[in-house]
Order: sequence, then C-alpha cells, then structure tokens
Amino acid sequence: MGLRKVAIVGAGLTKFYRYAQETPKELAYEATKMALDSCEMTLDDIDAVCLGTAPDAFDGVHMKGEYLSDGAGAFRKPYMRHYVGGGTGVMSPIHGWFHVASGMFDTCLVVAEEKMSSAYPHPAGAFLTIFDHTTEQPLLPTLIWIFAIEMHRFMHKHGYTKKDIAQVAVKNKGNALLHPSAQLGAKITVEDVLNSEVMAYPVNRLDISPTSDGAAAVVLASEEVARRVTEKPIWIDGLGYCLDSAYWCNRDLYYPDYVEVAARQAYKMAGIKEPSKEIHIAEPYDPFTYKELHHIEGLMLCKRGESVRMLLDGVTQRDGNLPCCPSGGALGVGNPIAATGLMKVIEIFLQLRGEAGERQVPGRPTCGLAQAWGDLMQVGTVVVMRS
Amino acid sequence: MTRQVAVIGVGATGFRATTPDVSYRELTYEAAQKAYLDAGVEPKDIGAFVATSEDFVEGYSIADEYAPDQIGAALKSLYTVPGDFIQSMGSAVMMLKSGLYDIVAVQGLSKASNMLTKSYLTDFALDPVYNRPLKQHADYIAGMEMNRFLFETGTTREECAQVVVKNKRNAMFNPLAGHGCDLTLDYVLEAEMVAYPLSELDIAPYADGAVVMVLAAGETARALSDQPVWVRGVGWSSDSPTLETRGWGQAVYAALAAEMAYKMAGIRSPRSEINFIELNDEFSYKELQHLEALRLCNPGEAGVLTMDGVTEITGALPVNASGGCLGVGNLLECTGGQKVLDVVLQLRGEAGRNQLKNVSTGLAMGWRGLPTTTGAVAILSN
Repeated sequence: MGLRKVAIVGAGLTKFYRYAQETPKELAYEATKMALDSCEMTLDDIDAVCLGTAPDAFDGVHMKGEYLSDGAGAFRKPYMRHYVGGGTGVMSPIHGWFHVASGMFDTCLVVAEEKMSSAYPHPAGAFLTIFDHTTEQPLLPTLIWIFAIEMHRFMHKHGYTKKDIAQVAVKNKGNALLHPSAQLGAKITVEDVLNSEVMAYPVNRLDISPTSDGAAAVVLASEEVARRVTEKPIWIDGLGYCLDSAYWCNRDLYYPDYVEVAARQAYKMAGIKEPSKEIHIAEPYDPFTYKELHHIEGLMLCKRGESVRMLLDGVTQRDGNLPCCPSGGALGVGNPIAATGLMKVIEIFLQLRGEAGERQVPGRPTCGLAQAWGDLMQVGTVVVMRS
Repeated sequence: MTRQVAVIGVGATGFRATTPDVSYRELTYEAAQKAYLDAGVEPKDIGAFVATSEDFVEGYSIADEYAPDQIGAALKSLYTVPGDFIQSMGSAVMMLKSGLYDIVAVQGLSKASNMLTKSYLTDFALDPVYNRPLKQHADYIAGMEMNRFLFETGTTREECAQVVVKNKRNAMFNPLAGHGCDLTLDYVLEAEMVAYPLSELDIAPYADGAVVMVLAAGETARALSDQPVWVRGVGWSSDSPTLETRGWGQAVYAALAAEMAYKMAGIRSPRSEINFIELNDEFSYKELQHLEALRLCNPGEAGVLTMDGVTEITGALPVNASGGCLGVGNLLECTGGQKVLDVVLQLRGEAGRNQLKNVSTGLAMGWRGLPTTTGAVAILSN
C-alpha cells in the first residue's frame, strides 16, 4: 500500500549561543512560535507534538521532556519525546513523520531543544557517564579521545592528511558567515586550524564544533493540510535510522556502516538509485571536521576514500555540484545537539524552497538530504526531502 | 486505509525488589527472548524497535546507546522514547499504521534497585528555579494532590486504604509480582505518615524487571499468531508540567489520553464496553483518581465502588487484578508495560489464578509518576 505523504510546511530556528540567557523552555518556545508563525498556524491547528532533545544532563533536569512540554506547545496535547543521542535532531522529523503518516494526526509540531551551558563548568562532563560502566569508564575516557581514535583510523585507512581535513572547517565556518543563527561563522585558513590547540591528536580545537544553546522547530502536515496552508510544501520522501552495537571497540571505525544502512533505507523509500546524482544538496552531520567526510562516504555520495578529492575539487562548496553543509553546519552555526540536526533539516527545507537568502545554492535544487549521527559512534539518521 | 495492529508476543521477567544476580541488559535479554519465542519471530524478522528509557534512572547519559544489543537490534532501526511504555507502544502503533513496517518490537525496563538516591532524582525533575530550591522530599506533591482529591470528591482515607488491601492481595496470586501480601484495612490505616494524608503503605514500592512486546500489522499478525490481541485504541497526553499551574484534584492527562484512545477504538460508553482495567496506582488514591478520569465511574464514586468490592477480581469491574503497582511494584518507565502485559495475559486466558471470566476488552493505563502530568492509555481486545 502507498504511504501517506507528509510535508514540512513551516520552520523556526533560534540563534545559537554559548551562554543563552533564556531558560530551556523559553528557547523551545521561541523556536515553536517562529515555526507556527512561518506557516500562519496556531497551536489550535496542531494535533500532536513530538520533542527531540539529547541527554538530560545538559539541561540539568531529570525527565527533560516533561519539563519542556509547555515551552514546546504541548500543553494538553499528545506529546512524546524521542531520543537517539546526537542523531536525535534528524530523528525528530522521522518521528513526526510516523505521527502524520499513521493517519492518526494531520499536523505534528516537531521541536528540538538543547541548552548545553546549564552543564557547568563544561558539558563535556555529561559525557563521562556515556561509557560502559565496567569495561570503559575505569579508563576515564572523554568524548574527544574516542573521536581522535576514529579520526586517526579514518586518516590512516585512506591516506588523508590533517591539512586535507582542515578544509572542512574553513568551508563550513565560512558558509556560516551568512547564517543569521550562526555562533561561529569566521573566515579562517587551513593554517589557523593546524595551529590551533591540540585537544587529542589528531583533533585540534578548530576541528571541533562549539557547545551551544538553541532550539529549532518544524511543522509537519498531511498532504491535504499542506496543500491548504502553503504553496511550497517540502515533502519528506525518504527516511532511515539505524543503531549499531554499543560495543564500538569491536568495529572498524574507518567506515560508518550504520549511516550506510540508514541511507539505504531512506534511498529505497525515496526511490533513489544513484545518490551522488539524484541528491542535489546535503547536510551531513559535522560535529568534527572529519565527520563530514566520513558521513559523505557513509551516505554513498562518493566512493569510499574519495571524499577528500571531492572537498579539494570544490564539489562540496556552496557553489559546487553537491553543496554539503551550505548552512555552515555544526562547525559554523553551532552544535546544540538535537537542535543542530533539525537546523540541518531546516536548511534543506529553505534551500529547496529557494528561501535561503544569501546562502541559496545555485541551480534550483529539488532533492536534498539531512543526516545526523551520535551515541557511541553508532547512530545514523537520514531524511530525504523533495520540493 | 488504516491498518489494524495487534500484540502477537509478550515476554517479561519476574518483578522483584532487587535483582543483584543480573544486569539490566540481562533482564532485558530474558524478556526479549521470551517475547520473540512467544511471537514466533527472530530479531531479523522485526522491521524496527522502540526502546523506553530515561537517562538518570539508567545511570548513563545517552542511555539509548545500550538499547540494541540485548534485544537483537544492532545495525537495525531503533530509537528510544523517554516516556511511559504505553507511549512507546503508541509510537509502534503509528509506525505499523504508517505502512512502513510489518513487525515492531517494544522494550521497557526497570532496574530501580541500582538507584541509591531515588528521591533526589525526583527532585531533579522539578523546575530548577521555582521548585527544586524547596528541597522537600518529592512525595509531598502526592500528599498535596491526594488531599485535594479527597477534598474535591469526598473520598476517604479508608477507601484509599482498601485499594492497598485489594491490590496487594491480588498480587499474592500473580507469580510475577514482587510485593504481594495480605493486610487488613486497619493495618494500612495505621501506617506511618509520609505527607498527610499519604502514608507509607499508600506508596507503591519499587521493583526491577523488563517487558518486551512484539506488535504486528493486520495480515502479518493473523499469519503469525492464532491469538492476536488487537490494539483498538491508544492515546497519550501531557498536562501542565509546572506545579503552580496544574489542577490538583483531577487527572486531566488521563482523561485526555483516554478520550483519544476511546475515539480511535470507537468506544462511546466506556463503562459498558470495557470489561477490566489495569491502571497506574503508584499511590493508592491514583487508582481512584484515574478510574474517574477514564470515565469508568462518576466523580467521587470510585472509592465507594472499591469498598463495595466492584473492583475486586470477582467484581463487575475488576481493576488491577495483577496486583497493580502497589502489589507488583513501581517499574519506572516500564510501569505501563506491566499493565499492557497483564491485559494481554487476561485476554489470552493465561492469567492463572487471577484469570477473569468472560472478558474481551481491557484497558491499560500508565502515568509517568511524580512530578509529571503525562499519561497514556491502550485499549485491547481479543
């Protein structure tokens, strides 16, 4: 049987900051209000609300979803939170899609919020307890260490250099200069990245996205409602999500199989046979510079080992053949985990509508992809959207 | 166009006050093995999985990392719902109705015995600016709510105590239950006060355990199972999260969740169409408050019906024949899972000595516990 069509009809995004003055609820409210206003809807038009937000330890509230409910517009509505670590942001429109595609609701408000600055002195502390209590925590690992391991393996396998990978930071932070929500837009050089402080070799400070506070929201609608409220609905045509084993030490880290599985699910649903040709624009998750390349390979937008070639040839630049992270990505716009994923979905939404302003990519793209990743290097979430 | 959805397999561990012999992963593994065997499926047959967990009660940040391995979901579609098990089940129902999957598994778990500072954790769920600085044991919220409920409806402490007597007695004949005992009404009434009028025995003790369920869409369910239990309706809702702006007497969230489920199931008169109920009774008065919110009796009537024995196993409207939270234990996020489990077992005629006669439609209702106002309802029929 055919699937029910679901469209994104409105979107809202707060500015991303390091220390927001707003409470988590206020951030969620701001994004929600912007999303509803953008499609001239009110909460009365919303049948259900779903919320994406990552660890409770960031905001410092147990059962954070409950705490955020009224800020996210869920008062006395069917309201459910979903969670796949760093992949939560792109899981949000997927969970929203289930709400509408099931036929149980005609509209669903999808909100993603993260306030990482509540974790004091630094949200990295919240990551100390993500590791296995018996086999890993006694080693006192930090998040940056395990990504250094992954980055090193990725570089070694394909012969990539730090200089190659630094180009991702230059591109994304440069792209972010034009994003009104951006926290870290900057014109930098490869030397700036290489000369920045080494956090854990081969990861330097400028290889890492910042910690941020922010929120994002989109309104999903069934075909009937979407056609009524907007002339430019953006359809969610493909979705995929996949979680690999928690035992990350047992995997070859050079390639994200879980991203490939998720991408294959999404491509199959969207009827995409040759992703590198049929996808016009992509927002792969880039919390670290190498991750953008890692994910481009996992998404099969190029062959394994060819992502650096693509980057150096300018294919992934905003005016390239396959623009990647034209928003500025997590490296440039900022990385309030769940909100970042939804920010990427919103960027594709705006680009496909031709409403990205100065950031608009040339060539009228009609098919875009957003992806996020998380947990212990084990989650891939993918959404394919078409105008 | 809507597809039907059925529960085709259930698996659960026993629910015990403490489980030092197994880890939380082993608990889940046991429940998953049983559910898959019951449904006659292997993990490879399952299209997607939904896990249920909250970070702080699991003792991990990003607890969903540890969901896949023990349910056979590694490198498969899986996400976590930090909510009540019945919300996860609602998510699975939507996934099946969307047509994207034919079989979905839902997991729920409690390893409450791992938590050394449970009451601090509940405090940590309160608003950090307005409520947390009060530094009160969070059970005061239940005490205040109970007081208001008794005042508004004329319900008495004796009627609440009778709920404790009934549920703990029912639990004695439920082999999975961890807190069954035979008490007298006077004994319950004389228990030590925690936050007036809430006494120690009005509060459900915690338990460890896991529940896994396999749900399937229409034809797949009929092909795989000779006794599918159909999910006719499911609903969930959240009222105000802040203490200052909620109504304290009535469980509005339960009423809204039930209306959604009744509408989906096409139920107009719940009292005559629903044969038995498994609902959240983490505090004794909650059973009565929820019964009224579900429109299964008139406001103020639930206590009277309880005293009259209507809600006993032998009564006209059995409530918590399994023993409920008071008798089985408070299973945190998995509480709703135990409710659905017992509705399914009753409908399949597998409830042992607590088996009800001539039942065809049951209602399971979960609440997320203090300090939340989120509830979920599922209506099942055989």
